[in-house]
Amino acid sequence: MKVKYLKIDKAEGPLLVMEEVKDAVYDEIVDIEISGKEHRIGKVVQIDRGKVIIQVFQGTSGISLNDVSVIFSGKPMEISLSKEILGRVFNGTGSPIDGAGEIYSNKNYNINGRPMNPVARLYPRNHIQTGISSIDGLLTLIRGQKLPIFSGDGLPHNQLAAQIVKQARITGEETANFAVVFVAMGIKHDEADFFRKVFEETGVMDRVVMFLNLADDPVMERIITPRCALTAAEYLAFECDMHVLVIMTDITSYCEALREISSAREEVPSRKGYPGYLYSDLANLYERAGMLKDCKGSITQIAILTMPNDDITHPVPDLTGYITEGQIVLNRSLYQMGIYPPINVLPSLSRLMKDGIGKEYTREDHPNVANQVFSAYSKVQEVRALAQIIGEDELSETDRKYMEFGRQFEERFSKQDFEENRDISQTLDLMWELLRILPEQELTRIDPSLAKKYLRK
Amino acid sequence: MVERGNKMTRQANIIYVNGPVVKANHMEDFMVREMVMVGEKKLIGEIISLEKGLGTIQVYEETSGLRIGEKVQGTERPLSLKLGPGIIGNIFDGIERPLSKIYEKGFKFIPEGMGLVSIDERKSWDVEIMVKPGNILKPGRIFANVQETSMVVHKIMVPPGIKGKVVSAVKSGSYTISDTLAVLNEDGKKCELKMCQEWPIRQPRPVAQRMPIEKLLVTGQRVIDTFFPLAKGGTAGIPGGFGTGKTITQHQLAKWSDADIIVYIGCGERGNEMTEVLEDFPKLKDPNTNNPLMDRTVLIANTSNMPVAAREASIYTGITIAEYFRDMGYNVAVMADSTSRWAEALREIAGRLEEMPAEEGYPAYLASRLAEFYERAGYFKNLNGTEGSITVIGAVSPAGGDFSEPVTQSTKRIVGAFLALDRELAHARHFPSINWLSSYSGYISMLRDWFKQNIASDMIKLRSKMMKILQEENKLMDIVKLVGEDVLPDDQRVILEIARIIKIGYLQQNAYHPQDFYTDLPRQYSMLKVIGKLYDRAYSCVKKGIPLSKIKNEKLFSDIIMMKYNAAKEKSKLFPELINRIDHYYDSIESMYKEGRINES
Ligand SMILES: Nc1ncnc2c1ncn2[C@@H]1O[C@H](COP(=O)(O)OP(=O)(O)OP(=O)(O)O)[C@@H](O)[C@H]1O
Ligand SMILES: [Mg+2]
Repeated sequence: MKVKYLKIDKAEGPLLVMEEVKDAVYDEIVDIEISGKEHRIGKVVQIDRGKVIIQVFQGTSGISLNDVSVIFSGKPMEISLSKEILGRVFNGTGSPIDGAGEIYSNKNYNINGRPMNPVARLYPRNHIQTGISSIDGLLTLIRGQKLPIFSGDGLPHNQLAAQIVKQARITGEETANFAVVFVAMGIKHDEADFFRKVFEETGVMDRVVMFLNLADDPVMERIITPRCALTAAEYLAFECDMHVLVIMTDITSYCEALREISSAREEVPSRKGYPGYLYSDLANLYERAGMLKDCKGSITQIAILTMPNDDITHPVPDLTGYITEGQIVLNRSLYQMGIYPPINVLPSLSRLMKDGIGKEYTREDHPNVANQVFSAYSKVQEVRALAQIIGEDELSETDRKYMEFGRQFEERFSKQDFEENRDISQTLDLMWELLRILPEQELTRIDPSLAKKYLRK
Repeated sequence: MVERGNKMTRQANIIYVNGPVVKANHMEDFMVREMVMVGEKKLIGEIISLEKGLGTIQVYEETSGLRIGEKVQGTERPLSLKLGPGIIGNIFDGIERPLSKIYEKGFKFIPEGMGLVSIDERKSWDVEIMVKPGNILKPGRIFANVQETSMVVHKIMVPPGIKGKVVSAVKSGSYTISDTLAVLNEDGKKCELKMCQEWPIRQPRPVAQRMPIEKLLVTGQRVIDTFFPLAKGGTAGIPGGFGTGKTITQHQLAKWSDADIIVYIGCGERGNEMTEVLEDFPKLKDPNTNNPLMDRTVLIANTSNMPVAAREASIYTGITIAEYFRDMGYNVAVMADSTSRWAEALREIAGRLEEMPAEEGYPAYLASRLAEFYERAGYFKNLNGTEGSITVIGAVSPAGGDFSEPVTQSTKRIVGAFLALDRELAHARHFPSINWLSSYSGYISMLRDWFKQNIASDMIKLRSKMMKILQEENKLMDIVKLVGEDVLPDDQRVILEIARIIKIGYLQQNAYHPQDFYTDLPRQYSMLKVIGKLYDRAYSCVKKGIPLSKIKNEKLFSDIIMMKYNAAKEKSKLFPELINRIDHYYDSIESMYKEGRINES
């Protein structure tokens, strides 16, 4: 049912207010035609009797109160999808921008998705080898996991995400079913180009779907961009049985757009001006990762966010960490020391790792050796703090060995070339090699039988 | 139920929609807290306030698609649960709709407008009837039994507020929850008793009286049982930043604590965590009965992407189910992960209602609502004379990991035990990351006799001894961080060594290690004895002037650290052996020292 109105009563920031609208539907999409030519997309965000508040994704600038027509669609926002989306590029609201024409399909999908029934979920257990030691060894990525990268301005999060795309190996027969959905929110053109180039070089371009809202695109569109993309990902994973890796960058820009809308609506802010529902809103994106019992496909999410001031307690990383299944934290001082990828493993975590490593999945020694390396590297931090005060020479012999362990850990294990692809057994062997630097009685987390087999070999 | 005039006037229409908050007019004949069905999709909602004809409704489902003018229908009763066989082993959403049933109908994704479905009405149960015509039944009286799962006998009770003389009763046999099992007569008024009853979620079920708390909730988690014990009928808060181990701790308690019934409320958390329970619990065996753990567990799931208003309701749904099983005489443990998400739901709804925010945007009634919820825990004498308890363990997710925020602070004031999870410890992979200096349990004094009778008279003393060593170590570490360990005198260094053993060998407990995940109390006690012995002997050697390098026997120390991994295999012998080895070793160095064979170097 389409109803057309020719008068609006107020336009301010991202919001339009219309009085005397009959029959408005909460959350429906409206088409706003300006001066008979330009079209913008809006969404009904509040209805109060005849008064309707509409959020306009391209903003209201240039809108005059009289020279517009607003058409109410009666439906939430939908996009049409078919397998033809593979290899295509869309803008932030899901329209093709690569000049290759519309997607023709009679299947339309509500971009808001529906929450997965926890009973229908399949618990993710298969690891994805990324070829990156810090990740495979200590923060194993699991197919169907949501594992974000917490980064900062100027840190190489894009390279890291690209390297993951390049090297990600899922078990043989299924590589043909692999797809990448790339979501840009407020990033720069050169960053988007960098990814495009990597996809081309890797030869996956025809399996990539890109949704681009770049830095100079309308800010409010960012709120729809990931929803369009995740709808596409769900389609590929759960209707076409594909293993989909979704890369979303930059979540911080997304949250800023949300904050802008919230303050325009004069909502009570919670921390740092972000709305109180930021947690639920982000969860609506992140929880769309996963696997389903009756479907062969999967959605793995790597969301990238830049922590303002490198502050991990900032609401964006904080709330993300509360929803995702771990996080990969990049560290500025490691990067300044020339370590790429500058992953600080201590605050990083992969929660699904425990169920996807070990005898049946990677190697029997993996849980044990990972546990021990973590705890040794955390001891390194204590020893370093002490060394700063009393000097390295004054350290006890054991502590000096920890210093050495720390150095080698960073130089040989963390540090890895952008082109270097290490397989899991290489990574695990390297971990044992590092542990041999330490006196054996320090290795309290190693099972004696494994020590015999791997440590002293 | 209140009689109302002309029901035909109950024709309300939607005039306002904003997220989960809907307003409707013409609501003069509705009542506050009445459950309503909103719009054509019949979304479930609850009236939160009425002003003149205008009603404000909190809607438990997605309001997207609601249209101005759509109808709101009353149900003439408050938001209630159906309580009866079919709850255990099941998973429900925040207002008790069965998610597995919905999945069986083909919904991989939660549909819009699920309607009012609850426990299965068609399933037949074998019922053992325990009353005869002529019996006088009082409220709460158990009149039938149903073996609901391998672990739970579901006791069918006369609902609170109902009593009378049995006029008829069916024979034991197979019935559904909607069949009438008996008819009561009270002063000429007849009342049918069924296998199920309804109860409003926001109203605590009545009890005869509160009883003192004096029994340990055994969890098998060393740092909890020994250092910060929980009690049956007690309350606990587990605050911690993301990734510090709240959920794993809750899962460990849900799996291994010695409650009869577990109610696990996933309140605004991850879908996969619910799935994990659904996949794992049926496979895990209860150590005492060898039955699958799922057979004593109920799950309430409102994942973080499910409607936020139902998140607010979910904890009441959970605790009402808990009270119902408590009334049967069971010890119930309720895990709420996370109460912060509940508080945020409260905040979001309050915000949409344009209520005055207090601290950090939370409504002023946050603390009192939280207190009301935890108040439903306790050890009780039930109406039917049985005793039962509800233990509530709530996770708290402070923003930025900062414990000074309102939800953590309000929780801290209410709960009896506070298990503070520490980010530093978690980063160092010291799990459970319960900080031994900032956590506390107010139950220790109430449990003193229990420990004495069930474990050993010196258990609490040993605990204090260990705690003292840890506190001492903390003070010494301030110095060590500045100048290193080597400058400390040996009698202080020995404290550091023993503290290390307590931390690594005792406090750290790996939830995924096949030997380590659970330590029963006798073994906890034995381990403490071993460490205590080591400390006493080592310390007295130091006092005799024997150098630490001789006292610290690497092999002995590392075997003690590793005893947690070996305790299960050689249950009976390991601990006495270690004690012997300690005595043997220190006897021998003491005598060598006397003979002058050890030099001061
Ligand atoms: N007792 C334990 N033994 C071993 N590992 C543990 C233990 N407790 C926690 N962990 C580790 O810590 C990780 C995070 O734990 P958990 O998921 O319980 O955190 P959380 O506090 O619930 O976080 P969030 O608030 O984000 O939900 C786990 O995935 C696991 O790797
Ligand atoms: Mg958790």
